[in-house]
Amino acid sequence: MSDLKITGLHKYYGSFHAVKGIDLEVPSGEFTVLVGPSGCGKSTLLRTIAGLEEASEGTIEIGNKDVTWARPRDRDIAMVFQNYALYPYMNVFENIAFGLRARKFATAEINKRVNNAADMLGIGPLLQRLPRELSGGQRQRVAIGRAIVRDARLFLFDEPLSNLDAQLRDDMRVEIKRLHQELGRTMIYVTHDQIEAMTLADRIVLLRDGIIEQLGSPLDLFERPASHFVAGFLGSPKMNFLPATLSGNTAKLSDGKKLVLGGKRDGKTGQTVILGIRPQHISLSGKSVAIGHARVAVTVELVQPTGSRVHVTFPLGGKSLVAELESRDVSKPGEKISIDIDMTRAIVIDPHSEKVI
Amino acid sequence: MSPLPFHRRKTVRLTLRYILACLLVIIFVFPVYWLFSISFKTPDEIFAFPPVWYPKSIQFSNYMVLFKDGDAKTVLNSLILATASTFIAMILGTIAAYSLVRFKTGGENLAVWIISQRMMPPVAIVFPVFLLYVFFGWVDTFFGLILLYTAFNLPYVIWMMRGYIEDIPLELEESALVDGCSRWAVLWKVVMPMARSGLFATAVFTFVFAWNEFLFALVLTRTEVATYTVQVTHYFGGQSNFWAKIAAMSVLGTIPVFFAVATMQRYLVRGISMGAVKG
Repeated sequence: MSDLKITGLHKYYGSFHAVKGIDLEVPSGEFTVLVGPSGCGKSTLLRTIAGLEEASEGTIEIGNKDVTWARPRDRDIAMVFQNYALYPYMNVFENIAFGLRARKFATAEINKRVNNAADMLGIGPLLQRLPRELSGGQRQRVAIGRAIVRDARLFLFDEPLSNLDAQLRDDMRVEIKRLHQELGRTMIYVTHDQIEAMTLADRIVLLRDGIIEQLGSPLDLFERPASHFVAGFLGSPKMNFLPATLSGNTAKLSDGKKLVLGGKRDGKTGQTVILGIRPQHISLSGKSVAIGHARVAVTVELVQPTGSRVHVTFPLGGKSLVAELESRDVSKPGEKISIDIDMTRAIVIDPHSEKVI
Repeated sequence: MSPLPFHRRKTVRLTLRYILACLLVIIFVFPVYWLFSISFKTPDEIFAFPPVWYPKSIQFSNYMVLFKDGDAKTVLNSLILATASTFIAMILGTIAAYSLVRFKTGGENLAVWIISQRMMPPVAIVFPVFLLYVFFGWVDTFFGLILLYTAFNLPYVIWMMRGYIEDIPLELEESALVDGCSRWAVLWKVVMPMARSGLFATAVFTFVFAWNEFLFALVLTRTEVATYTVQVTHYFGGQSNFWAKIAAMSVLGTIPVFFAVATMQRYLVRGISMGAVKG
């Protein structure tokens, strides 16, 4: 059963076409992340689902009920906002209880639910405080608490962690993931942060210019990106892109080096393509070359240690490539090393259509 | 002569500052003191020369006269008119301002047109309004003056509240909408509390305007709903002025405003400065 079904959704702001025909179905209990660069329409899509923006075309169904024209309060949703949206004149308890009071719940039920949510989020001792007496992380917990007491069918998160500092963001990410596991509710989460998307999502919806560029599990998108854009958007450090010419099963780089592609590709001989190689798919050469790997000798340009791993930059095929190597492989700039590239996982992109072939 | 040491210079400067401040306070407060003192004096003391700086004994006879003759009722009339018109103007004005801000009702032009209504000199419409009121039979009625004061204050209330409402983060309202509130509930549970300082500050100014209004009260009232501002003018005679009555009536007229400002002072300062930042 699906909790959310969007069909042919368009949204215009005057002449600006923000959402250009989205079809999306979200199964019950799934954690879906809408991700994309700013201006891709992800927040607009979420706000349209919430009913805070009117759909220009198309339909939205929540729990098999058409809610395209329903008011936000009639959609059985709860939402967490980026700026917490806490009422400064109410204490934490009242903030969390707000939605329940608006829906005329009995006092005993309100007390029970608020206390449960507060325990779950570890904010029990803060219930009598005012929002201004809380830290950023505590405020966001209260905002999440306000959503979960509602026990709605659909939980919407609009970039809830972007106002927090890096450390807190990591903690809250874990918290949200844990909450999803405990509650088992359908959650839709908007972010521009690809790490958040990768770590939280059961399924990622990658948006670009108001359309869905690709949709799938985080690993799917990481390993099998459908386009140049998806390949470049996900992953850190970013995927390396090299111009090359196809010749049978071999990609010829601009400096004459040849890399044998693993697996079958659809490109024609003589076709110019872009070769995509993830930094994680490059390793320091061992004794023998593994099947499907290409061995290349390169000169180290730059070394960036990150602690557990090290990012090594070197020139290849007229571009600077980055490889993520083991820390013990660490080299000094200028050093000549031999690397193995896993060509079975490399992607080939048609530069005209920008699609992976 | 050697210059004064640093701390001495500081003390001298501070003392001079206090003296100047005291002088200013005396200049501003003296007329008010004089008004109060006259209201408690006997006729002999009022006209004594050299002047009697403070009454020998506190006399309430001037006030007694006002209450015995029924003149004090005009203060009650003013209170009813100012309170009712403020209340109505605040409710209607806040709703209108919310509509202007959130639904962009009438675009930018409507908001500017509304405030431009405030710039019209009242004297320009006294005569037409008078004829209109005679026609409808609204002269010397509470309804007539409340309607007029409400109409006069609405543009001001709308303009001020528009500024305060614009400052409220949209997400607070959206969150309430998702959580189960209707638009009216959002207005009542989110907008009103968030704009509380602004509401009170605006209400005080609106109240004071209606309280001090003289022109329309003079033209549109006779005896039933005469306000205290009109009543005071009755004590200025051709031959003599009833200073005792003028003073006592003026004191009665000052007290409600004094209380209104004193109780709202906390909000007043915050409300005014809130509007100063953005509005």
